Amino acid sequence: MLTDLRADFPALAREGRNGRPLVYLDSGATSHKPAQVLQAEADFYRFSNGAVGRGAHLLAEEATEAFEGARAAVAGFVGAGPDQIVWAENATAALNLVASGIGNASQGVGGDAGKRFAIGEGDEIVVTESEHHANLIPWQILARRTGATLRWIGVDDDGRLDLGSLADVVGERTRVVAFQHASNVTGIIHDVEAIIARAREVGALTVMDACQTAPHLPLDLAALGVDFAAFSGHKMLGPTGIGALYGRTELLNALPPSVFGGSTVKTVTMTETTWLDAPQRFEAGSQPVAQAIGMGAAARYLGALGMDRVAAHERALGERLRRGVEAIDGVRLLGPSGTSGENVLGLAAFVVDGVHPHDVGQVLDDAGIAVRVGHHCAQPLHRRLGVPSSTRASTHVYTTEAEVDTFLASLRGVRSFFRLSAVTA
Amino acid sequence: MSALEQMYQQVIMDHAKQAHGRGLEPAEGAHVGESFQVNTTCGDEVRLRVGVDGDRIASLTWEGQGCSISQASVSVLHDLVVGSTLTDTHAAEAAFLALMQARGEEPDAATEDLLGDATAFVGIGRYPARIKCALLGWMALKDALIQADVPPERRDS
Repeated sequence: MLTDLRADFPALAREGRNGRPLVYLDSGATSHKPAQVLQAEADFYRFSNGAVGRGAHLLAEEATEAFEGARAAVAGFVGAGPDQIVWAENATAALNLVASGIGNASQGVGGDAGKRFAIGEGDEIVVTESEHHANLIPWQILARRTGATLRWIGVDDDGRLDLGSLADVVGERTRVVAFQHASNVTGIIHDVEAIIARAREVGALTVMDACQTAPHLPLDLAALGVDFAAFSGHKMLGPTGIGALYGRTELLNALPPSVFGGSTVKTVTMTETTWLDAPQRFEAGSQPVAQAIGMGAAARYLGALGMDRVAAHERALGERLRRGVEAIDGVRLLGPSGTSGENVLGLAAFVVDGVHPHDVGQVLDDAGIAVRVGHHCAQPLHRRLGVPSSTRASTHVYTTEAEVDTFLASLRGVRSFFRLSAVTA
Repeated sequence: MSALEQMYQQVIMDHAKQAHGRGLEPAEGAHVGESFQVNTTCGDEVRLRVGVDGDRIASLTWEGQGCSISQASVSVLHDLVVGSTLTDTHAAEAAFLALMQARGEEPDAATEDLLGDATAFVGIGRYPARIKCALLGWMALKDALIQADVPPERRDS
């Protein structure tokens, strides 16, 4: 069990509402940070604060070393080389970087090298109906900007991707396929290998949102064969304000940037600019150095735990959670049953008959339990599942069985608090 | 009464279950305005249509979906302002806003008189994340009155 590591997380020792012990089940939204991450950030400012890549003095040297060391740590964590990791403000920014870069290439930015990305009328961009808005809106906008058509892979009543339609939806006109590795609502870990294989057959680029999997599963992006992948620091025990974009080297070195500025260029004349190779071409201006160092520390922390152990821990918790939720009268679990044996993340989104998620969350909060309420930035998926919003409990390395049980006990009392009968009408 | 019970008072639960004014109807009065508001944190929404006749709110109907607080609040708002003058409506709006910012402090008697059932929302003030829920309908009314284009001398008198 991993639970002896709870002492590493100072925030877990605080109280929840009404002095109740905090039961934090909102790690899908943001995770807590171990002391090792907080220390790494603080140490940078205390001892090594200097401008990265911009000086010849000792502190600048140490800062650069720590910054690039963090990049190597994050790269190693996902099976990539250091130059294949680009820092971004968050995963949303990383996904936008790819979509905007393709848009820029389509308008001639990036010269001959960028031409391979250019798309236009008659071309198609494919997404899924299960996407977080961060991996949907950039593609909607890219389609509008270039005249390309947006298509999508639908989902079934439990949120599973309709991969039977893959050969039809992803075809000769498809230039980009953007998809999530796992759903932040149903927890389903998709068969992304099948999507990548089909995209390769037709020569389309693949862009994967790995926000919900990088913190919870062993990942080897190079072996997976995806072209681009994005994930954030704050969901994987790291700081906010930092995320990472992974890309295959030849693609990263050809994709034009979309934020322009200092430290990214090879040569600049009054009318033309050529860019450095990745990752520098994408990292314009001062970078979030302390945050990157914090994310590096988080990757080392998780790596030391072993992602296989992390995944096993959360899988067991997830099954306990999902079985418990679906066993309660008047509660509907979204996504596959806890007894399905399907590969699902350690989370459960659900709806309580007759009680709005916001009200469910309020009653749980009263018992010190933190969950997420709302549409979790996945409105199309909620609409497809027939609900406007849901309540979500999500786990992480520090979550215990006892916390899951405390949550389930409180959830059982929600309908009676609102004077609804315990039995489904 | 616990803070949670203070938040979900019986009157709020009743309005949430049996909401008044729900179901959009053609508005009455010379000036008609409509507004659609969304609470971005949770996706709660309300579409509200108001009709103004002279200096009075002649009709207010709405449709929406959301938490008990947001839906009950529009229902209470309906009861409070239909038939009221615009001046009284603005006074009630200001009083409700102040109630939301009072961190759960019980209001004085004059405010209670002004707000009636809406006083029951006092407990929301302890939960900053829920204030937007309680204000959703009020924001819709405010905007709908702007859309209704009531002459300013009647609006602020």
